[in-house]
Amino acid sequence: MTGQRVGVVLVSHSADVATSVAEMARALAAGGATAAVAAAGGTEDGRIGTSAELIKRAVRGVDDGAGVVVIADLGSAVLTVKALLEDKELPDGTRQADAPFLEGAVAAVVTASAGGDAAAVAAAAEEAYAYRKT
Amino acid sequence: MNASASSTPDPVIDTEFVRRWLSLATSAIEHKSGWLTELDSAIGDADHGINMHRGFTAASAAVEKEPSDTPGEILTHVGRQLISSVGGAAGPLYGTLLRRAGKALGDQPTVSAEELRVALRSGIDAVAQLGRSERGDKTMLDSLYPAVEAMGLALGSGSGLVAALTAARTAADEGAAATVPMLARKGRASYLGERSIGHQDPGATSAALLIAAFAEAAGADTA
Repeated sequence: MTGQRVGVVLVSHSADVATSVAEMARALAAGGATAAVAAAGGTEDGRIGTSAELIKRAVRGVDDGAGVVVIADLGSAVLTVKALLEDKELPDGTRQADAPFLEGAVAAVVTASAGGDAAAVAAAAEEAYAYRKT
Repeated sequence: MNASASSTPDPVIDTEFVRRWLSLATSAIEHKSGWLTELDSAIGDADHGINMHRGFTAASAAVEKEPSDTPGEILTHVGRQLISSVGGAAGPLYGTLLRRAGKALGDQPTVSAEELRVALRSGIDAVAQLGRSERGDKTMLDSLYPAVEAMGLALGSGSGLVAALTAARTAADEGAAATVPMLARKGRASYLGERSIGHQDPGATSAALLIAAFAEAAGADTA
């Protein structure tokens, strides 16, 4: 597969969570070229919370022109991404997926790595809600 | 209306008015930061006072540095600062409120009391939409909606800015107090279910402080 790939940004209240989930998703998607994945966790000064700056930087960092799918964990992370999208502070082609954090991240990175477009990547992440475990 | 309201002349709503509001709001939040955090430790994650204090301090500093020509521009600027510096859900929520209100005020150098009311109302509607929330969910909307409604009733019956914002302040305080028996349906407090009952909502409380700062910026007596 050649050409541009959709980027994935993982926004968590915790930097450790965002970084670890990104690492796990990359590892599970490996086998060919992996899509760009960036973690935006915690605040800029290392606390638990959400940073609009870190989110903007992460999205710009993985934006290859094919779109970026953002997956956030809870509360302020979800609301900050939504507010940034509504204010057009994120590049065109960026969207937020309504998805469970870890399962959605894995599905998104696998789909993006396989060359899926932004709609397919977001849909894969959102379908992760349907994986039953019992 | 009451004697103190009618004896105070109504100020013009210009950049000076909005700067006074920001300075009064920032110091109110600084003084009540401990209380906000205490309320938030009962049903939230105990950071609301600290987060609001950080956000408003950053917004005040930014507005002091950058000259703004219109009330709308200042509100928009404060909103942007809150989104980038609060670090909790209050950032995108209050940030959206003020940015939307600022946009609604446009680029007029002065605005009327009714234009301010309409702008605040559209900002509050944007908060409801962003949080997919409504009145009665035990959120900031429970003090914000009563406040703009009281302001509208007062203006509609011929009151001036001071009286209308004084009525808004009273309604916001009552709205915040009325969140005590509510069951939280949004945010971290909603995970507590029935245990969220019996505590005043920190967001409704900080929203009432911001409304009170508008009344004081207009020259209303300190409550």
